[in-house]
Amino acid sequence: MATTVFLALLCVSILGYSLNRQAAARMRANGTKLHSVPGYHGLYSLLSTIVPVVVLIVLWLALQGPTIDRFTMSGLPAGSLDELETGGRQLILAEIKSISRGRVFGNPEAWKVDAADRYVWMHAVAGWMLFGVVIVASLGIVGFARSRVAADFRARHGVERITSGLMLFCSTIAIFTTLGIIAALLFESIRFFERVPITEFFLGLNWEPQIPLREDQVAAEGAFGWIPVFLGTLVITVVALFLAVPVGLLSAIYLNEFATPRLRAVAKPVLEILAGVPTVVYGFFAILVVAPAIRSFGATLGIPVSPNAALAAGSVMGIMLIPFISSFTDDALSAVPKSLRDGALALGATRAETVLNVLFPAAIPGIVGGILLAISRAIGETMIVVMAAGLIASLTINPLDSVTTVTVQIVTLLVGDTSFDNPKTLAAFALGMMLFIVTLVINVFALRIVRKYREAYE
Amino acid sequence: MMNDMGNVGRDSAASEIKIQARGVQVFYGETQAIKDVSVDILDKSVTAFIGPSGCGKSTFLRCLNRMNDTIDIARVEGDIHIDGDDIHAPGIDPVQLRAKVGMVFQKPNPFPKSIYDNIAYGPRIHGLARNKAELDEIVERSLRRGAIWDEVKHRLHEPGTGLSGGQQQRLCIARAVATEPEVLLMDEPCSALDPIATAQVEDLIDELRQSYSVVIVTHSMQQAARVSQRTAFFHLGSLVEYRETGQIFTNPEDPRTESYITGRIG
Amino acid sequence: MADATAGTDPKPKTGSTADLVRASLARRNRKQSTLQVLGIGAMSFAFLMLFILVASLVSSGYQAFTQTHITLEVFIDPEEVPLERLPRGGFDDVIEASLSSVLEDADPNDRATMRALGSLLSNGAQFKLRDRVVEDPDLIGQTVTMTVPVSDPYDQLHKGLIDRETPEQFRRLKNFEIAWFDQLVAMEAISKPLNTGLISNPDSRFPELAGLKGALVGSFWALSVCFAISFPLGIGAAIYLEEFAPKNKFSDFVEVNINNLAAVPSVVFGLLALAVFIGWFGLPRSAPFVGGMTLALMTMPTIIIATRAALKAVPPSIREAALGVGASRHQVVFGHVLPLAMPGILTGTIIGLAQALGETAPLLLIGMNAFITSAPSGPLESATALPTQIFIWADSPERGFASRTSAAILVLLGFLITMNAVSIYLRNRFERSW
Repeated sequence: MATTVFLALLCVSILGYSLNRQAAARMRANGTKLHSVPGYHGLYSLLSTIVPVVVLIVLWLALQGPTIDRFTMSGLPAGSLDELETGGRQLILAEIKSISRGRVFGNPEAWKVDAADRYVWMHAVAGWMLFGVVIVASLGIVGFARSRVAADFRARHGVERITSGLMLFCSTIAIFTTLGIIAALLFESIRFFERVPITEFFLGLNWEPQIPLREDQVAAEGAFGWIPVFLGTLVITVVALFLAVPVGLLSAIYLNEFATPRLRAVAKPVLEILAGVPTVVYGFFAILVVAPAIRSFGATLGIPVSPNAALAAGSVMGIMLIPFISSFTDDALSAVPKSLRDGALALGATRAETVLNVLFPAAIPGIVGGILLAISRAIGETMIVVMAAGLIASLTINPLDSVTTVTVQIVTLLVGDTSFDNPKTLAAFALGMMLFIVTLVINVFALRIVRKYREAYE
Repeated sequence: MMNDMGNVGRDSAASEIKIQARGVQVFYGETQAIKDVSVDILDKSVTAFIGPSGCGKSTFLRCLNRMNDTIDIARVEGDIHIDGDDIHAPGIDPVQLRAKVGMVFQKPNPFPKSIYDNIAYGPRIHGLARNKAELDEIVERSLRRGAIWDEVKHRLHEPGTGLSGGQQQRLCIARAVATEPEVLLMDEPCSALDPIATAQVEDLIDELRQSYSVVIVTHSMQQAARVSQRTAFFHLGSLVEYRETGQIFTNPEDPRTESYITGRIG
Repeated sequence: MADATAGTDPKPKTGSTADLVRASLARRNRKQSTLQVLGIGAMSFAFLMLFILVASLVSSGYQAFTQTHITLEVFIDPEEVPLERLPRGGFDDVIEASLSSVLEDADPNDRATMRALGSLLSNGAQFKLRDRVVEDPDLIGQTVTMTVPVSDPYDQLHKGLIDRETPEQFRRLKNFEIAWFDQLVAMEAISKPLNTGLISNPDSRFPELAGLKGALVGSFWALSVCFAISFPLGIGAAIYLEEFAPKNKFSDFVEVNINNLAAVPSVVFGLLALAVFIGWFGLPRSAPFVGGMTLALMTMPTIIIATRAALKAVPPSIREAALGVGASRHQVVFGHVLPLAMPGILTGTIIGLAQALGETAPLLLIGMNAFITSAPSGPLESATALPTQIFIWADSPERGFASRTSAAILVLLGFLITMNAVSIYLRNRFERSW
């Protein structure tokens, strides 16, 4: 249906375009001097039809589903929903929907089949209503736009106002996205904190997100203290930085100062490839190669290494961050004015002394900004740890133990679970909130440092 | 350089040859920037390189302390001897050469460190001071020679980048003399400065002539006339004329030199 | 410095400075060499890791690009497969009977033996046979030749991944099963053609049948949606910010937002999609449409930043020339600046889409890791995507999935390399320096 509606809108608006264009062209042929060329008159009609009607269609489609769902549920025979939680209601709705699509499992009750029929009917009616509304609205606008074609009508200004408005809207998407993130996380986190005390979450040393299977099952109530989860994130982040910072810094220094142009031409793309590898691939690399290697190395030394050791996930994450840090360092070193390098060399400093004593200190703010962004990436990185780190939260800083991270918990709590009304799934949003806040603070700080630094040398 | 032999006369014929360049050519990739330049530069005097922009005077200057080595695509041919030693000889480390041939750049380029650390940097890396007291002494002496001591003696530990343009340039000159070089190369040292600061730096250059062989690149003919004893005119990568400053400005031999100093090319 | 001989010696060699410098040189050059060695070491480490990564993927993944097949003559017994019961029938029984007829020591009356024989072939073999018979019922009573995949353990055996030296009880195949297989090999019934099923099959519980079709189609829809949303919106936002926006608090705020969004962890976008798109708007789970919208939000900052850079690179002289002949600012931007910036914009867009193609975590949260055995026919159907399929297979215990995971990664990396190569080509072909 949606496709038909959009096609109809397209046809009507093209009709409006050609009507206006021809009308304007006729006027000009008659010797009238127009303010705008005929093409703009056409475009004016086209845009003023499409923009509002598309907004209408999108709103309609967004509201249609929930509205019909509500009508379907409220139209059910009395008593069929009694004593059902939201989860149960959702299940019934899902069953009705699947019957309406012709997928029938077993022998559903007659009232469900009736409901499915009504569901299908309502969708059809809604579709036709939308079609009618769209045709009427778009034809109306086309007529209005046609009536405005006149010698002194400023069609070009109209078109430009509409495009400016559209572009302004585009640039607000970023704000809406941020607002959406904050609203979603805040809303679900508040629901979480209605069920779990806020102090337990922030101060608790236990993370066991089980949920009671029955109402009276108090013993299985989970523990939701985020400290061990966050500690695990930090352990893996620290391991990653221990690998990535020295390797990234040294390779950037080498590439920037000592490498021949030919080596640079080879090495930079190689580092870019390393940066472009999807994290799910790094995760598989961790379980296929790195974790077994670390475990067998530990075995030869007689040190017990957990199968999901933080060291494995952390070092693979470190490999992922090497190109990140090295490219930031390279940029920062290259941004140091050439005159400082010349000044040091002319005093007789060796190249190593020039880099270490003059360029590096001058580039420190840029490099620190880059490392901070790398930290925020490590904290927010998901796939490597989901695949290679553990699931059990333990209060340890030993990188040979298994630890879990904030992102691992978010994924495991939400994958496969649909209902939003138990502390287990809501806990994921609380963790997401913390993740967002922590990374946001680091990012804002880091971006500010990097920008200040750029300004200092511009 | 405490004796007075070196600067007996402004009569340059009496001075010794400090730098001897023969058949120097510089290429940037495929393009030739310097064509077969031969020149003798005297000790304890100021030699000016003049010429229109892009004539190669700065490129040639950068040959004298092998700064062109730092540009990947630059290639230098020909012989340059300082004190009779070939600066391209295999045993010569450019580090050693640059300690002996100091350089001051067009734009003041103090390191983002304190004034003290700026001056002390060269002596430190070269190990010229055995202790803090010696280093302090070198710093003070250099700043005095740079004619900036009185202005900065109370704020030695403030950043060098906080000084005014003219002060920064004198700081850079002081930094260059702190390593006790024998030759001082100056690449348009006043082009970023206002007239008052320029006058201060020019006075300083005249002072420095007592102890060093100073080579200055300038596009101001007035400046060349004011500070130098000998002047070389470069045009399109070639050395056109090289004579005593007085002669070159009053009685140029080459028609191109005459066109330039009378303002017809430039 | 005070060199008394300076006046007489034609070449005065000043003492201390030069000597001191020379004395320090060895130590300083050693320091420089150390730094260089460390730098080379660091870079080699990065290269080595990339090499190990690729090498381990290739060495475990190349096996999945071939698949062991068996060619069988099957007599379609009308008693087992009666015409009137189609499409039902004992298709597995006729295949097992045909196997037992060619193998020497397989007793057709022993049920355990027959079951073991049945597990030699992929589970899909009987369905393949069924489809052929349903299509052409005249085949009943005739003997047909069919080539079908063998099951995973035999595939592993044929590829040399099962060690025959392992004691029998630790092995997935018993001695008699290996003996059967060797007989079949000796009869030249076993072949190992290119595994086209890896691309053309949808996902399956059985590694020998599992393919990437569903994931490829799912990724295609998700990326199409992502492109359709992020490309126009990103360009619109970038043009506004770069060409029209007044320098005020609002445009600063938008800019800060864009830069921050580019650094927000991807899993947070997944939470946004789960709560807003699925929870509040009621869009279906596991749908590439939702995945594409989520990826679009993540790709948009990349496109905006690339577009702004491309617009900035168009020299002001072009704008001034167009303004000078009386064009409005919109005409200047859409008629002159935007076309000139297009190569740069496309380059940035392709790079953004390549990142989106590899993005996994947000898709996991919206359920694009479901087990779905058919390719989606539209963006609102349930589907997986290439990276989530990799994640599912990496989690599967069967041995055959390990090499398939590597193979799927190689396919994914192939796409990424192609996309990046296209963007590099565009950059080199169309980029002009002003």
